[in-house]
Amino acid sequence: MRDAAAPAILRTKRPPDEILAIAALAALLVAAPLAIYPFLLAQALCMALFACAFNLLVGYGGLLSFGHALFFGWASYFAAHMAKGFGWPPELAIAAATLCAGALGLVAGALSIRRQGIYFSMITLALAQLGYFVALQVPFTHGEDGIQGVPRGKLFGLINLGDDFTLYYVVLAIFLFGLFGVYRIVHSPFGAVLKAIRENEPRAISLGYRTERYKLAAFVLSATLAGLAGATKAIVAQSATLTDAHWTMSGEVILMTLVGGMGTITGPVLGAFVIVAMQTYFSAMGQWVTVIQGAIFVLCVLAFRRGVVGEIAARFKISL
Amino acid sequence: MIPLLGITTQALFAQLLLGLINGAFYALLSLGLAVIFGMLNIVNFAHGALYMMGAFFAWFLLHYFEIGYWPALVLAPLGVGLLGMVIERTMLHRLAGLDPIYGLLLTFGIALIVQGLFQNAYGASGMPYPMPDLLKGGQNLGFMYLPNYRAWVVVFSIAVCLATWFAIEKTRLGATLRAATENPELTRAFGVNVPRLITLTYGFGVALAALAGVLAAPIYQVRPLMGADFIIVVFAVVVIGGMGSIMGSILTGFLLGLVEGLTKVFYPQAANVVVFVIMVLVLLVKPAGLFGKQA
Repeated sequence: MRDAAAPAILRTKRPPDEILAIAALAALLVAAPLAIYPFLLAQALCMALFACAFNLLVGYGGLLSFGHALFFGWASYFAAHMAKGFGWPPELAIAAATLCAGALGLVAGALSIRRQGIYFSMITLALAQLGYFVALQVPFTHGEDGIQGVPRGKLFGLINLGDDFTLYYVVLAIFLFGLFGVYRIVHSPFGAVLKAIRENEPRAISLGYRTERYKLAAFVLSATLAGLAGATKAIVAQSATLTDAHWTMSGEVILMTLVGGMGTITGPVLGAFVIVAMQTYFSAMGQWVTVIQGAIFVLCVLAFRRGVVGEIAARFKISL
Repeated sequence: MIPLLGITTQALFAQLLLGLINGAFYALLSLGLAVIFGMLNIVNFAHGALYMMGAFFAWFLLHYFEIGYWPALVLAPLGVGLLGMVIERTMLHRLAGLDPIYGLLLTFGIALIVQGLFQNAYGASGMPYPMPDLLKGGQNLGFMYLPNYRAWVVVFSIAVCLATWFAIEKTRLGATLRAATENPELTRAFGVNVPRLITLTYGFGVALAALAGVLAAPIYQVRPLMGADFIIVVFAVVVIGGMGSIMGSILTGFLLGLVEGLTKVFYPQAANVVVFVIMVLVLLVKPAGLFGKQA
């Protein structure tokens, strides 16, 4: 990565490769509904945003959370309940659910950063499992059935989200907002400190940074964005179910990020599209999908840890 | 029967025994995780899947070869342990020196593959495994009925845990193992084949998981996903106890099993989450874990 060279971080002129990659991606996504069913694309975009949020934590902070389904799933429940139970308009439901996910992230993050390395991963996994069992038992989530028939409503009282094309472009706008947000965070002074912690935490501490604060902030930001993805997904799919809160979802988001490339801006987006496409087109194969996912994990870890976009970026010595 | 807070002693002791059995499985699994972590510096996410394979191994032996429980108690850990050594030699071994999160991701992938394959072959429902004839029936202790098999699981697990503790802390082999954990390069310089030791350690840790699987087979049904949720609880147990101490893993395992059993009696709704809640409390009060040495 070019940013690894210390002075590059301080340079005011930013390498434009990532911006170009984001622009190309945006252009591609604007045109995509011409070829692919927009409802499917909108769902894939939610997963892509989820992967970007996760990548912010693991790719730039070096913190492998095994429990991000907690924020995705619970934001999805909150948004669905606010839109259906309270009758809130979609923008308010999504915004409120996103904030709730951020608050959840503050609690979960404060607990899990008390331990480091693999313990951090195990704690996040256990906390997410706790959240899963709570979702199974509290009344408003409707247990195994989940919340169904969530109204999409009208955005700002004007734009009818019932139409799949309109919905897709609204989701695309939310997604690009999230993606650009991640880009800005990564290239801010805060992001530079985060990367320093990833590379060498003791040294960052010795330089006077209170690393636990940075890690907590990264955790909260990542949880908030994951919540934005989950809340949007509830409006798109018009439902919130236990699947979104289960540990398999935490595993899937890791897989998406790993396939695309941890620590690249656009990699997780590509990874999300690959995995969603695989799940959609191979859905008739039942449990073989799980086997294939496991095999991709093994292959990625053993053969290309940088992921698809990461390998391309390394080959051409650019950051994407 | 003396009722206590509206709960009969029968029900109380029955749940406590069940808790103790679960605790035995927690202890065996977290012990294996701790041994593996000490040597390989990875968290073995495939542990739950290998526990399930132990149970299936016993089931295969019975159904295809008519080999019963007692031989299975030896053969299943051996077979699964060998498979573990193959996994270590072919895959895990390549991750030496990398960030430990890659070990976690790799073993997570292995767990998905194994669980997916077994689900394809046997569906999601469970298959019964008969109790060995020798351990059928039970004893009436007056205050409770003690099924023989359950008593056996608890006693045998404690024996295995203590034997493992003794082997690691008190024997020459254990001393070599601890030396290799502490400083692999220096241990190699003394002529110890450390890579082989690592492979054997992984095989041994995995064999403990498979042993727990065989013990569990007659109590719980043999299911492809029997280890999937179980391993998450074991991870919480490991966080609570800390992986630094062998005896710590054993004690924490049994203790949490008992607490879970008690919760089932007094507040059943919370039985699923009590271990996680305790984990949260321990993190708040003593972040390094009950037996942990460093933060």
